[in-house]
Amino acid sequence: METLPGNDMIGLEEIHKRFGRVEALAGVSMRIRAGSVHGIVGENGAGKSTLMKILTGFISRTSGTIRFAGREVDLRTPRDADRLGIGMLYQEPLDFPRLSVLDNFMVAAAGHDPGRLRQQLLELSDRFGFSLDPDSAVERLTVGERQQLELLRLIHRRCRVLILDEPTTGISQEQQEILFAALRALRDRGRAIILVSHKLAEVRSLCDRVTVLRQGRVVADQEQPLDEDRLLQAMFGSLPGGQRTVASRETGRPILAMDRVFSGAGRSGLHDVSVSVAENEVVGLAGLDGSGQAVFLRIAGGLLQPDSGSVRLPARGRADRPAKGRDCRQTVFLPADRLGEGLVPGLSIREHLLLAGDTPFFLAPTTGRTQAEKTIATCNIVGSPSTPADGLSGGNQQRLLLSLIPDRARLILLENPTRGLDVRSASWMWQFLHRRMGDDGAIIFASPDLEEIMTRATRIMVFFNGRILLDAPTDRTDLQTVSRAITGRTPEDARLPAA
Amino acid sequence: MKAQQSIENQSPGSRLPLLLIPALALTLVCLLLLVLGLSPLTIGRALASGSVGNWLKFSHVLSVWSPLLLCSCGLLFTFRAGLWNIGIEGQVILGAICCTAVLRLPGGLLPPPAVLTLALLAGGAGGGLWGILAGELRNRGGVNEIFGGLGLNFVGQGLVIWLIFGPWKRAGIASMSGTDLLPPHFWLQCPPGWRVAPVALALAVLTLAASILLLDRTRFGLRLRAAGTSPGAARLFGIEPDRISLQAMFLAGLLAGLAGGLQVTAVYHRLIPAISSGYGYLALLVVMLANYRPLAVPLIALFFACLVTGSIQLPISLQIDSSLAGVIQGACVLSALLVYGLRKEKS
Repeated sequence: METLPGNDMIGLEEIHKRFGRVEALAGVSMRIRAGSVHGIVGENGAGKSTLMKILTGFISRTSGTIRFAGREVDLRTPRDADRLGIGMLYQEPLDFPRLSVLDNFMVAAAGHDPGRLRQQLLELSDRFGFSLDPDSAVERLTVGERQQLELLRLIHRRCRVLILDEPTTGISQEQQEILFAALRALRDRGRAIILVSHKLAEVRSLCDRVTVLRQGRVVADQEQPLDEDRLLQAMFGSLPGGQRTVASRETGRPILAMDRVFSGAGRSGLHDVSVSVAENEVVGLAGLDGSGQAVFLRIAGGLLQPDSGSVRLPARGRADRPAKGRDCRQTVFLPADRLGEGLVPGLSIREHLLLAGDTPFFLAPTTGRTQAEKTIATCNIVGSPSTPADGLSGGNQQRLLLSLIPDRARLILLENPTRGLDVRSASWMWQFLHRRMGDDGAIIFASPDLEEIMTRATRIMVFFNGRILLDAPTDRTDLQTVSRAITGRTPEDARLPAA
Repeated sequence: MKAQQSIENQSPGSRLPLLLIPALALTLVCLLLLVLGLSPLTIGRALASGSVGNWLKFSHVLSVWSPLLLCSCGLLFTFRAGLWNIGIEGQVILGAICCTAVLRLPGGLLPPPAVLTLALLAGGAGGGLWGILAGELRNRGGVNEIFGGLGLNFVGQGLVIWLIFGPWKRAGIASMSGTDLLPPHFWLQCPPGWRVAPVALALAVLTLAASILLLDRTRFGLRLRAAGTSPGAARLFGIEPDRISLQAMFLAGLLAGLAGGLQVTAVYHRLIPAISSGYGYLALLVVMLANYRPLAVPLIALFFACLVTGSIQLPISLQIDSSLAGVIQGACVLSALLVYGLRKEKS
């Protein structure tokens, strides 16, 4: 059953996916043709990952029809997708790091003739211009090489649809060119390739067609040549009532200064980041997930050491020594994973407050109970002093984390602070933060919600691939500039053709 | 940066009764005995009369209980810090060695009670340093404390054999029976009709009280729990998890070393190759069976001490190998882990 180039390989009709009350996909219809590269773009939470998980059988749709090569199919498990020949290249390659390249290649291959498979691996590798040593251990390969191996595995398994999720994050320019050449060659042999990306430059250079998802719907569908401005407009929309609710104040002395900071941590690392944040600033960090915001916050919070460059923090001076004692808590960090990274499961509200405060050495079962009751009342936490952190709802966990911010905190770092909060809780949180920040503090927060950044922050920094592409006061920039930066276009090269 | 799974079971969520543990263990052991053609009742009676039959026997039980309790208390700290301190066995041995070393110093400078006190302190210090060594191997060298501790156990065992057959050998011939006996003024004395030195017993009881206080009623105990459950979150509270784990390793080593010192001064009155009597490993079982709860530890340690003491007579009275005690202890711990596991699964 060959699908001729130009014919539909995959047809989606009215695909819905609900998670409880949340509708992640609200009726997505699109067609993916054989012999084409199809780009899927959209901001965080637009529904890209959900759609890809449905196509690879990891989750099931709530309703809708999927056609494969003209035939209606039901993708219930990854095995179903695999049998049809739908393969996915994940951001983090799913391989076996301790095994050799050849072993990895053989794991899923039909037959078990090492000599023949080695020959096939070398031929395939050669055909696409890869340089993979069959005997090298996979853990010693770069991300780009692991991708190449994964790609060969999928090709060898005769995948007819290849899905790639942000494949160029963390690989070199040279590897990117080799990858794109391979993808073009595969397209020309009639495969359908789906590229999930937020980088407009690569979408432009590789894709024949682009579909934009926004809030679970298809909001735009373009063929080459692409109209970038309209794509951006479709991706990010316009700001509803985008008025800043925070007034600019006179900025004071610098609180955080980073100079030429590099880091290899996270998916994108940080590259040559030099910024200074002063008293009275509220900085919003924008960018697609994993573009460097998380690493930036952890370096600023002293939880990660940069590979090079210097970091200066309030009072404590340099952050290149591990945090010591409680005097370092002029800087606080509230992670996105509240229970996993911020709170201690099993410890109660009272015990968390005891950990955070100036606590005497000996503790009675009543020590800190009155204080805890007061905090519970002022922060509207639903719970009692003895409620364990893992017994609180997400919103109450965030309230508990907020209540743990010491009075003397001057630099408050937050990661997705309003995730899971309703509007009222979010507005309470911002009031609370402004009170805590006082006259000599600063707030830096990362958020996937541009509206939140444009209304709550005095300054925005946009991260792309570990670099800060845009750093501007929120009242002196606009959504178009911001969304360009999120997709990898600096204000300067806005009008330049794609590489 | 994922939160680490805590070693301790925290939620007693489900309704699976804890009584299932002894029931399961008893069934297992009885079945085994019946298969071997032995009467569980006879064995049970022999074990009981050999341990709690009279005061002399029970005081012997207490002389096992004291070092076992010290080791178990030490392990409460390391388990709370999220560490598997397998190296506790070596820490007992190093404690015994350091204690003996002090007692072998040329005498006369200090009165014997002062030397004895110093020797016990040296035992604690030696065990503590051995614990810190395993902790630093973990923190700085990235060696998992299980492997580091196990390696150090072998080093400790080697050291003790070398000392007994080398520098500290008996006058005339070296022998597996150990070094020369210490002069009696360096023995922790037992009153007539007792097999346990009251000093050892008091030390164990005080340690238990202090450990419970430290674990459940102090800032240190709270920080230990935070660092052991979620090192990442602990760091946000200004706690250094590595430092906390080192402190826990030191405390565990200190108490194990003290147990080693008691083995030398109160039980054997010399250094022997098997000076630890395996109490370090046994303490791991005690604490696991207690489900890491401090209050259950002394009772379970007492039960284990009864089994150890009661089985000594088995080869003579019933021609059964005394390793039966180990079989029963193993059956208890396996049953406990199974029941705790099922409870966790269900909750």
